[in-house]
Amino acid sequence: MSTETGAGPGRHAPRPGAAPLPRMIAAQAALETRMLLRHGEQLLLTVVIPTLLLVLFSSVDVVDVGEGERVDFLAPGILALAVLSTAFTGQAIATGFERRYGVLKRLGASPLPRWALMCGKTCAVLVTLVLQTVLLSAVALALGWSPHGNPAAVALLMLLGTAAFSGLGLLMAGTLRAEVTLAAANLVFVLLLFSGGVIVPLDDFPAGLRGVLEALPLGALSDGLRAVLDDGAGMPWGDAAVLAGWAVAGLGAAARFFRWE
Amino acid sequence: MHTPGAAPAVEAVGLVKRYGRTTAVDGLDLTVARGTVTAVLGPNGAGKTTTVESCEGFRTPDAGHLRVLGLDPVADAAALRPRVGVMLQNGGVYPGVRAKEMLRHVARLHAHPLDVDALADRLGIGGFGRTTYRRLSGGQQQRLSLALAVVGRPELVFLDEPTAGLDPQARHATWDLIRELRADGVTVVLTTHHMDEAEELADDVAIVDGGRVIAHGSPADLSRGGTADVLRFTGRPGLDLVSLRQALPAGSEATEPSPGSYRITGDVGPRLLATVTAWCAQHGVLADRITTQRHTLEDVFLELTGKELRP
Repeated sequence: MSTETGAGPGRHAPRPGAAPLPRMIAAQAALETRMLLRHGEQLLLTVVIPTLLLVLFSSVDVVDVGEGERVDFLAPGILALAVLSTAFTGQAIATGFERRYGVLKRLGASPLPRWALMCGKTCAVLVTLVLQTVLLSAVALALGWSPHGNPAAVALLMLLGTAAFSGLGLLMAGTLRAEVTLAAANLVFVLLLFSGGVIVPLDDFPAGLRGVLEALPLGALSDGLRAVLDDGAGMPWGDAAVLAGWAVAGLGAAARFFRWE
Repeated sequence: MHTPGAAPAVEAVGLVKRYGRTTAVDGLDLTVARGTVTAVLGPNGAGKTTTVESCEGFRTPDAGHLRVLGLDPVADAAALRPRVGVMLQNGGVYPGVRAKEMLRHVARLHAHPLDVDALADRLGIGGFGRTTYRRLSGGQQQRLSLALAVVGRPELVFLDEPTAGLDPQARHATWDLIRELRADGVTVVLTTHHMDEAEELADDVAIVDGGRVIAHGSPADLSRGGTADVLRFTGRPGLDLVSLRQALPAGSEATEPSPGSYRITGDVGPRLLATVTAWCAQHGVLADRITTQRHTLEDVFLELTGKELRP
């Protein structure tokens, strides 16, 4: 980056120009990641709650999780919950308030194209998810977790889940008032925590309701992750298709309806 | 119009912008020459911000012709964004970002930015550089916003009420920066409702009301129009006004609106004052409470836009 130093006449002489795209995207991704990790309330959602749930429910017999080690049932659900917390809840709330405070508008007047801004946000979500996955897997392993299956299948499911939840989170952030997004995103988090196959097996729900829950993104993600990690199954294409469907619908609707200010 | 290099910085003809049933901008005409400082002056709700935000590409005009640096602010937004600096009226910054972190970030989005530390020191941002935006005072937030508008070395900057809420020191620092921008060839368009700011800085003033430009010219041109300047003094009642009028330069007028209170209108300057005091000395009058009142831009503004408060 070339800069003009010092004071004196000519310092402001116009020399406009956008930085190269890769540098803009890298800068935006780095800033978005710092914003995400610096946010105290977000850390509660992304780290503290999933870790506590994992520790609490693997050591105490609160919910009947069926055969096998409790942590083997819980760990895949908690990883799915981590995707929900970062890609959906955290991103929706942060973006909603950025819209409200004019951040998106201000950056819209900078050389950074809007798609590059969204790219930066996605990178921040992915970096946070990697950190969450490492941390939660370490905790689960310490609790005696023995994962199975193909890591590539796990990564693909989590990426599809990220795309699906990002689309829905951005749709919410770009259309509702920031306070409504805050309330609704937290409500969805709590509802899906109990009905998304995270700590309560979907088999425990009545058949009709179960069908609906399995078609929701968190149900599909936790079911798919559990099939691979707990049962050692190959790629669960049904769950992947559900997630892909939500991703297309969510991202498409967000692209169509998102208002920048 | 296919020579953007020679086009005016801003060219608006018959600009119209409606929000629902409200017409915010109603046939506004404005031309901003390159390298000048133009103040868009007007009461609240006059259409200043809507005009500026149309130029910035945030609003799509409902009618009229609008070109910024010869380009369409909406259709050519990608080409214009690096060349135009924007200071929003408020906000535009992540609540959790530190002041200098944000400045450094916006600098990184440009190819040839100013030196961040030098600019921060210049605007006194260094002192709160590590404070998060949400903890900054209104004046500190304003200074950061100004820095964000100029850090990319734009050709043209739009400053929406750049000194609102600033203390006098910060206000003067902002004025100095605007003068430096102008000296370096940057075109500046600012909105304000401070007349002194417009008089102090602007080459051109556009007074906007009801979504139109109702007066346009240099501050001096605008102040010359309308009512004349006034000199007042008190003395013993019943002075000889005929004699006084003869002593005064042509175009002046002397009256006694109430006994012992005199009012002289005309080109009020040192010569007129000297003439009046000399006449008083000749006639043994002790002129008391001599006051001169130059016609200010504020008088013009209030004359044109009326004195009633705006909703």
